[in-house]
Amino acid sequence: MPHTLTIHELTTQLAARQLTAREATQACLDRITAVDENLNAFISHDAQDALAQAAAADAAIANGASHDEQPLLGVPIAIKDVIAVKNQPLTCGSKILGDFISPYEATVIGKLRDAGATIFGRLNMDEFAMGSSTENSAFGPARNPWDQERISGGSSGGSAVAVAVDECIAALGSDTGGSIRQPAAHCGCVGLKPTYGRVSRFGLVAYASSLDQIGTLTKDTRDAATMLNVISGHDPRDSTSIQRDVPDYASGFGENLKGLKIGLPREYQAAGLDPEVRDSVDAAIKQLGELGAEVREISLPHTEYAVATYYIIATAEASANLARFEGVRYGARVEGSDPESMNRATRGAGFGEEVKRRIILGTYVLSSGYYDAYYLRAQKVRTLIREDFLKAFEEVDIIASPTSPTAAFKIGEKAGDPLQMYLSDIYTISANLASICGISVPCGFTSGNLPIGLQLLGRPFGEGKILQAAHTYEQATDWHTKRPTIN
Amino acid sequence: MEIDLQHVVKLARIDLTPDEEARIRPQVEEILKYVEKLGELDVSDVEPTAHAVPLTNVMREDEIQPSLSHDDAMRNAPKKSNGLFVVPKIVE
Amino acid sequence: MEYETVIGLETHVQLKTRSKMWCGCANEYGVDPNSNVCPVCLGFPGSLPVPNAEALRLTALTGFLLNCEVPGLAKFDRKNYFYPDSSKNYQITQLDLPSTRKGLVEFELGDKMAQVRITRAHLEEDVGKSTHFADYSGVDFNRAGVPLLEIVSEPEITSADMAYEYLNALKSILEYGGVSDCDMEKGQVRCDVNVSVRPVGQSELGEKIEIKNMNSFSGARRALQYEIPRQIGVLRAGGSLRQETRRWDDVAGITDSMRTKEDAHDYRYFPCPDLMPHTPSEEWHAEVRACVVELPLARKQRFMSDYGLPATDAEVFMNDTALGDYFEKAAKGTKNFKAVANWVMNNLQAKLVESCVSVSNIKFSASAIGELVGFVEGGKISSNIAQDVFGEMFESGKSPADIVAEKGLLQVSDTSELEAFCREAIEANPGPEEDYRNGKEAVLNFLKGQVMKASRGKANPQLVGDLLKKILSS
Repeated sequence: MPHTLTIHELTTQLAARQLTAREATQACLDRITAVDENLNAFISHDAQDALAQAAAADAAIANGASHDEQPLLGVPIAIKDVIAVKNQPLTCGSKILGDFISPYEATVIGKLRDAGATIFGRLNMDEFAMGSSTENSAFGPARNPWDQERISGGSSGGSAVAVAVDECIAALGSDTGGSIRQPAAHCGCVGLKPTYGRVSRFGLVAYASSLDQIGTLTKDTRDAATMLNVISGHDPRDSTSIQRDVPDYASGFGENLKGLKIGLPREYQAAGLDPEVRDSVDAAIKQLGELGAEVREISLPHTEYAVATYYIIATAEASANLARFEGVRYGARVEGSDPESMNRATRGAGFGEEVKRRIILGTYVLSSGYYDAYYLRAQKVRTLIREDFLKAFEEVDIIASPTSPTAAFKIGEKAGDPLQMYLSDIYTISANLASICGISVPCGFTSGNLPIGLQLLGRPFGEGKILQAAHTYEQATDWHTKRPTIN
Repeated sequence: MEIDLQHVVKLARIDLTPDEEARIRPQVEEILKYVEKLGELDVSDVEPTAHAVPLTNVMREDEIQPSLSHDDAMRNAPKKSNGLFVVPKIVE
Repeated sequence: MEYETVIGLETHVQLKTRSKMWCGCANEYGVDPNSNVCPVCLGFPGSLPVPNAEALRLTALTGFLLNCEVPGLAKFDRKNYFYPDSSKNYQITQLDLPSTRKGLVEFELGDKMAQVRITRAHLEEDVGKSTHFADYSGVDFNRAGVPLLEIVSEPEITSADMAYEYLNALKSILEYGGVSDCDMEKGQVRCDVNVSVRPVGQSELGEKIEIKNMNSFSGARRALQYEIPRQIGVLRAGGSLRQETRRWDDVAGITDSMRTKEDAHDYRYFPCPDLMPHTPSEEWHAEVRACVVELPLARKQRFMSDYGLPATDAEVFMNDTALGDYFEKAAKGTKNFKAVANWVMNNLQAKLVESCVSVSNIKFSASAIGELVGFVEGGKISSNIAQDVFGEMFESGKSPADIVAEKGLLQVSDTSELEAFCREAIEANPGPEEDYRNGKEAVLNFLKGQVMKASRGKANPQLVGDLLKKILSS
């Protein structure tokens, strides 16, 4: 069944003419029709356009186009609705953009196109990437395919669900505090957040400019490496993107892990860590040890300050980034008698409650008299957090932890308590503050058959190493072959 | 701690319904109280992370690149007239 | 009670770049609305800024031109406020680490020299332009994102005239440096005035009142000429002033209180996370500094002292750099600088304008004018003939010597030859001779004219005059 293939399986079959791109895309579209009404992974998708792209890919393949040059040729890839694609809608999971159609597209989309991908679909997400459950979407939550009463995780919930149930072969997401890794863990797929600056942010609707990165949701680690190879690289349109060669991120695959040092932060053994999650992750780390790695305890002393630091910096930056949504140049305007009341009414009607909460928080921490106490202080603590990691990486190559303290909770369970929700980001949030890379891979299930994720964090631009370790672990287990049964 | 929510709402230009205000105010106050834990740390000798990457002098040459067509620029405008984005009358 | 005035000026100057500050849209005035726009300058979701290298260069150049410090670290900050002409509802500007600071502008005020210190000149972006109609406003974002230099003076301007001269000096320096064309009609220079008054001797400043909406430097002067007495008048009558923004109405000639903004803006500045700091190297600084041209005032003073030219002449060469540079080339090796200056300012300038030729395309060699001046001074040709020679020089590029030789224009100064001409003229015109003997001196000119005609302009007019007098008196 074409839609259940990975990128590497699909491209092999396409190259061998065993399958056409059209068939693969049609299979994904059929799958969407079959399951998405309940799962709600997609906010929208354009089937005609997808099939047209697939047809073009088939024509190219017939003309001799090779997957050596275009590694994603004919592969249907879906996009989180926060990344601009030309002539496609861009909602960011919000009502405020109305029926905005983007007249330009993100640099990463251009790279996917150059690699031959069929780019389709607008995937569901927490509004403006603010959330850890996709419950903050204006289009309803995406549902966890392993238990549809539960959250998919967020903010890239739609991306994780779509990959987990084979509605697409792979997907792009974005990660500001864990928004790729955590939904990947909750849905049982692979989520990769590159180092800040590895992938261009041009065309990614900004939430927190110094924390956001575009990353990948895939069915396995090889696909993650393939996608990372394509989307990485310096972009002159993004002043924060790094000039650094893009290696082949799969080049370490197959080598054993002898000599690899893995650190376990003692501060992560906190209250709130579900025992089944802990056991699963412990078993995974033990297995990594058996595969050759050396495991030792490390310390990240400022761990307990990460959530507070994040929620000051992210909300402050977001309060400025979202000021442009006020009904003047685009979006669902609500009229007013003067520009100020028009702005207030438009934003009052168009933003959901979590977004309002974060904008208010961010505006407050930047406001007169509070800058030093909150924002400036948070930026200093951020330095301490980064130094914790850089120091740890002098002793170890990789830091391992659970991706999330629990498996997916029930929809609505944490809705009334934002702070509780924020605290569950504890394992993922620091990586964004420290500007390092991280990946979540499946490492087991709870007794309720909910996926559990193992997180591996790497030093800046150390994606190769975390992918290698993740790949070796993955290939020694079969978690990545499990799929949810959808009724 | 009490925050002047009306003032912040005005700065942020977001209307809140009374229900929203009743819900959001205590939540924001609780979060602000939580983040005060950063005050436990001595950061007097610490440099703030102003930028996530250690880059400097990033710039581009002064060359003209193609602009959007006028139609593309205006395509999503909620209200337009004579090539301009229309807004309620600005009184200075 | 006497009052004194304290004025500070904030001048916004559009930099002369091809493209905008953060994107490649053209920096161009007068095109159809919303045609030089893109996702970046329109603030579309997902767009990011990338700084214009030339804008950074021109900013540093301005720093050098205004005697500023140009520090080794500068960064950009976000200034957050909502306004329809702001495409992001924050302006990218520079707060605590601006590109330049602590400079000085010197200029002439009446017959003295004055100076005003510059607090800072920082780089930011311009916003769109709103047009107001009966029941709506329309916004054009062509101007949004144009690089803008904000030049802030210390509050040490003390009169409307001083403000006016300061502004003119600033404009002159910036045009001179190629930093901006400073065309106020195209909105390339805008200024806001902050003015307060206080009793002489009081150290505390009075309430600072901001005045906006002046569309020219003389408009700014007029606004101050109105506002300063207005403020003093209020205080003298026992009233008080409060900090506010007022709008200058150039037609009515008054300032009006603008609708008071509810509270002072809280701009919530923070460092822009999308933009990296600017840490110019010594080499980069040196390259920019090498472009620092001679400042206008210094140039004028140099022309006066080195060439002994009067102020009016020096000003011509100060304002027209190319012509002034040409004068210096032409004056090399000559002694009569004034004469050379006259030829350049009058004859050459006229010819250049009339035939649309630029100074760099003059056909004759740089030494030609000097040569011509020498001929006239040495009596080789008359000044009238010199005019013709000049014309020929301009058309053909030939040297004065060649032209005079070819056309046989050498002035006739041979007394016997001239005497012959004179006697001929006198004999041919008996009437005038009679008149002269009867005291009418003016007829001398008539006879002189006849001699000049007969000699085809080559007679030395001075000698002719003397000879005629001698002959007629005898």
